[in-house]
Amino acid sequence: MRIAAEKLSWSVPGRTIVDDVTLEIAPGETVGLIGPNGSGKSSLLRCLAGLRVPTTGTVLYDGEPIRDWDARRIARHVAFVEQATDTDSDLRVADVVGLGRTPFRDRWRGPGATDRAVVAAALARTGLTELAGRHWKSLSGGERQRTHIARALAQRPWCILLDEPTNHLDIKHQLQLMELLASTDQTVLVALHDLSLAARYCDRLLLMHRGHLVAAGPPSAVLTPARLADVFEVDAEIGLDGLGNPAVSYRGTAHGATASARIRP
Amino acid sequence: MSASADAPSGVPDTVDLLHPAAREHGRAASAETPPAPPVSGPSGLSQAVLLLIGTVVLAGSLMVSVRIGVADVGYTDLARVVGPRLGLDVEPLPRLIDSLIWDLRVPRVLMAALVGASLATCGAVLQAVTRNALADPYLLGISSGASTGAVAVVVLGVGGGAVGVTGGAFAGALLSFGLLLLLLRRTGLDSARIVLTGVIVAELFMALTSLVLTASGDADSIRAITHWLLGSMTSTRWDPVVICAVVGVVGLVVFRLHSTALDAFAFGTDTASSLGIDVRAVRRVLLLVTAVMTAVAVASVGAIGFVGLIVPHGVRFLVGPLHRSLLPFSALVGAVFLVWTDALARVAFAPQEVPVGVFTALLGVPLFLLVMRKRGEL
Repeated sequence: MRIAAEKLSWSVPGRTIVDDVTLEIAPGETVGLIGPNGSGKSSLLRCLAGLRVPTTGTVLYDGEPIRDWDARRIARHVAFVEQATDTDSDLRVADVVGLGRTPFRDRWRGPGATDRAVVAAALARTGLTELAGRHWKSLSGGERQRTHIARALAQRPWCILLDEPTNHLDIKHQLQLMELLASTDQTVLVALHDLSLAARYCDRLLLMHRGHLVAAGPPSAVLTPARLADVFEVDAEIGLDGLGNPAVSYRGTAHGATASARIRP
Repeated sequence: MSASADAPSGVPDTVDLLHPAAREHGRAASAETPPAPPVSGPSGLSQAVLLLIGTVVLAGSLMVSVRIGVADVGYTDLARVVGPRLGLDVEPLPRLIDSLIWDLRVPRVLMAALVGASLATCGAVLQAVTRNALADPYLLGISSGASTGAVAVVVLGVGGGAVGVTGGAFAGALLSFGLLLLLLRRTGLDSARIVLTGVIVAELFMALTSLVLTASGDADSIRAITHWLLGSMTSTRWDPVVICAVVGVVGLVVFRLHSTALDAFAFGTDTASSLGIDVRAVRRVLLLVTAVMTAVAVASVGAIGFVGLIVPHGVRFLVGPLHRSLLPFSALVGAVFLVWTDALARVAFAPQEVPVGVFTALLGVPLFLLVMRKRGEL
């Protein structure tokens, strides 16, 4: 499925958070959504996931506007993973993954054989089979995020949208999570703070700045010192890591206009 | 409806979860039946068996409880009361004793079961909807509104005798719920706001109750109201039992239909709606149903505390947090719990009756502490 936005804007009273964004993501792609805090990444993701109704513009799944779709229909196409959502409920890992079957469940019946098989497959896919009976409270941050991704996979979605899933994870679990996402068959759109991580695992990057989509393309094309100075206000050097992916190293903060003026040709 | 029924063109029935490289291996593995993941709660069959056992225990509790009280009633007496009403050829009891059992004791015991089941399930639902472990049916300010209504009738004589305490309490409960919805109208039904606004509404109506009591209450009416506030099934008759039964059954069915949605609330609004739940609509329906169930219960027997808080926690400890099991078992355990505490309230200091709310708290506190300790939360 091809997920797209056409001239999408989303505003709260007095402020436009997402401003005239047009984008298209091809099936199977792993796309990174980057940008500073408050640039509109989360809101854009929530519009694409059907959780917020765009003020103007349209979200399209395979060319069809989703404005009139109900939540259940959307949930059968797209899964959404928030950053580090927690619960007081004493659910087990298999229960949480089972929540992914919600959009397919009959209101009267308990989970059926298909539901159980899909949950088992999602657990296996994320390496959680051994942990399936563990209680949520006993899980580490990395295990919790993997559980959320397994829950998303249990929706058997076309596309998974994730909002900074690597936050608060140690480096091993960040890499593990990104490897998992990059290896799924699903289209993945993931908001990320770590630019090197984004460059390493994503086929394409989308760069947001003050609600606008200011750049889109392969990591090497999107990540340039001038853009990083402009958008992130940092003085950065773009090198290559051992695998030939762009790697960002920072010299310090750029001091606003002077720095970007200095770096810009 | 199958997964592909409303999907745009080209959506296949199954989306393989497996990575292409692992596909050969995955296919081979999935040829055998994968082991069922260990989800919480009893499986379908054992749940049915447990529910049956619970129902038998409840029926037994009802029968035993009917016998307990100021006048002792034997099982043969019970048969002679119920039998003729079912058209059986049994010799009826003398009219006075028959009336004592059928018009006072039986409705009272049934009411205890109905109120216990209603409060326990409402508590479970509100704990899920507000994502707050401390939520109970009175969180929405309904009991405070009901007490204001009751006080208005008893002390101020509002309604001129045409509406009883029950009618006044029910009107007050609906009034407070209306105010709650009015205050939540602009902000939507966000969990934290429901809790905060409920507290505000409760405070307002509690203040109104105190104001009326101190300004115009005499010793007798204050005593009557205190008894009612703590909850008592002393004066229960058949009419409120029938109303509670109808409302309770409808409520339980609505809750049952939303048990998957209630599970999905565990991780908050956005995750719930990304799982296909129409969060606003579901919250509205569930709040309305819990409000009416609670209002009917409070209006009938007063504000019996602690059942709605403690029972869901205890039941979660036994059958896990999934609502498919949590709700029916909460109903059963709540019913049994209140039937027994009411029996205790009748006999503990006989002939003096203690408000049942005193015993639900006295028994509930240690049970609550025990459950919390077992769960490692205290």
